Amino acid sequence: MESKKTLPGTPITGAEWENEVYSFRKHSVQLRYAWDAGSAVSGFLEGLKEGRILGRRCNRCMRVLVPPRAFCERCFRSTDEWVEVKDTGKINTYSVSYVNNDASRRDKPLIVAVIEIDGASPGMGFLHVLGEVEPSKVHVDMKVKAVWKPRDERVGAITDIKYFKPLEV
Amino acid sequence: MRRVAVVGAGMTLFRHRMLETGKEMAFEASRMALDQAGLDIKDVDSVVLGSAPDAFDGVHMKGEYLLDGAGGTRKPYTRVFVGGGTGVFVPIAAWWQVASGVADIVLVVGEEKMSPLLPHPQYAFWSIFDPILERPLGVTLLWIFSLEMRRYMHVYNVSEEDIALVAVKNKRNALDHPAAQLAANITVDDVLKSEPICWPVKRLDVSPTSDGAAAVVLASEDVARRITDDPVWITGVGWNVDSTYWTNRDLCYPEYLEKAANMAYRMAHISDPKKEIDFAEVYDPFDYKELHHMEGLQLARRGEAPKLTREGVTQRDGDLPINPSGGLLGVGNPIAAAGMMKIAEVFWQLRGEAGKRQVKKPVRRGLAQAWGDLMQVGTVVIMER
Repeated sequence: MESKKTLPGTPITGAEWENEVYSFRKHSVQLRYAWDAGSAVSGFLEGLKEGRILGRRCNRCMRVLVPPRAFCERCFRSTDEWVEVKDTGKINTYSVSYVNNDASRRDKPLIVAVIEIDGASPGMGFLHVLGEVEPSKVHVDMKVKAVWKPRDERVGAITDIKYFKPLEV
Repeated sequence: MRRVAVVGAGMTLFRHRMLETGKEMAFEASRMALDQAGLDIKDVDSVVLGSAPDAFDGVHMKGEYLLDGAGGTRKPYTRVFVGGGTGVFVPIAAWWQVASGVADIVLVVGEEKMSPLLPHPQYAFWSIFDPILERPLGVTLLWIFSLEMRRYMHVYNVSEEDIALVAVKNKRNALDHPAAQLAANITVDDVLKSEPICWPVKRLDVSPTSDGAAAVVLASEDVARRITDDPVWITGVGWNVDSTYWTNRDLCYPEYLEKAANMAYRMAHISDPKKEIDFAEVYDPFDYKELHHMEGLQLARRGEAPKLTREGVTQRDGDLPINPSGGLLGVGNPIAAAGMMKIAEVFWQLRGEAGKRQVKKPVRRGLAQAWGDLMQVGTVVIMER
């Protein structure tokens, strides 16, 4: 490999790209989807509309699964029953996001976290955002509670929870 | 099972944007690998190609789209995909064919052209998340890395300074790699002061998006002995995938990678990897991932990788060189091609062909590893002289 002085490939610089020195064809696609929430997550979303967080229990491994699923992927059998868990939990891990999902900068940083939900099996949680707290005050294992949208604004979506806020002051 | 050898390797430059199409890059890397092996396309029994999400190219038939460039026309041809783990999974899928006797010579190609997607390739990663529970929150791929990095730092009490040492080492190693996109002499302070993207992840903790291709040729023992005096043997392969419910497991330690590694170690009759692996190319799309993966591979005890890094053990002249190529942080990260670059690096290092990148100690056995999907897949290949 070292005997080969130059590897193949023709890099295009930022300026060459801006000035379209080479040939490009540009196109934009809009694809629209409607995703079925499925038998388990539909129940979860209905619960959120009522201000409740629901999990599913597998009566073989006894795990309470949050987010809920129709089957336990470890025992590979259907789950058995709905379990209402709390709308509190603790921060498993968190991060402060300065970017949007297209890599552009956010106007205001967003604190995102994995929250282990009280009443679910240990380590079971979901992704959400934090509010009413400064980034420097957040820590792993911090106790948090869901802040819900008003009942008439809830539509059965993960965003029916506006954010989680610290329980501690 | 038959013994399987690597007999040639090739790659293109890794750059943010290249004039060449994916097909053209795949061709250049494949041609170079065949030339090193002294083979022609008519000698090739079968072709395996790896490439990451179709959304980058916007061609939802990417395996077929790239087929001609990978030399796969009118041959048994397969495209495999396990996210970021793809680059080290491609040679595994090719190994099956030679080990089982289905093929004697297999061309193995990793290709990635990320640049077509506007405004930034990052946007495509949005589509790997759960559409109901995660996408409405505005999730980005960076979040899962920053969340995993923070958890790793918390559980093992690791500092941002220790993590930054990995970026410093790999970008410096890459100064000697002719394909490198982001080779640089930087300091820990440069990393710490670079702009925060998703704290604790900062600009210099992250590998770039890239265009590029890399290829190797695998051969059965009979063929390898005939065409080269210097075959490198694949003596262990392992792969393992955990659930997509990534918020339901402790991100501090990659258990799926431990399982993949143990599968490969069993096959290669390795009982103490820390002593028996001479050097490794571990997956480093972010600097903390190198540490995380060294631990999952059991090349360090849990939480010990930062200490080994601090002590210089993982430098090119250290006892256990890690990423002598410069890794994804320095050479670049065209996803499937980046994993294949690691396979090629282990091959060149074992043959003593790595030039200025050659690790100081004599090496007989090396390991390449990749990782990906939703923090859930580990792929491992062990090679020996």
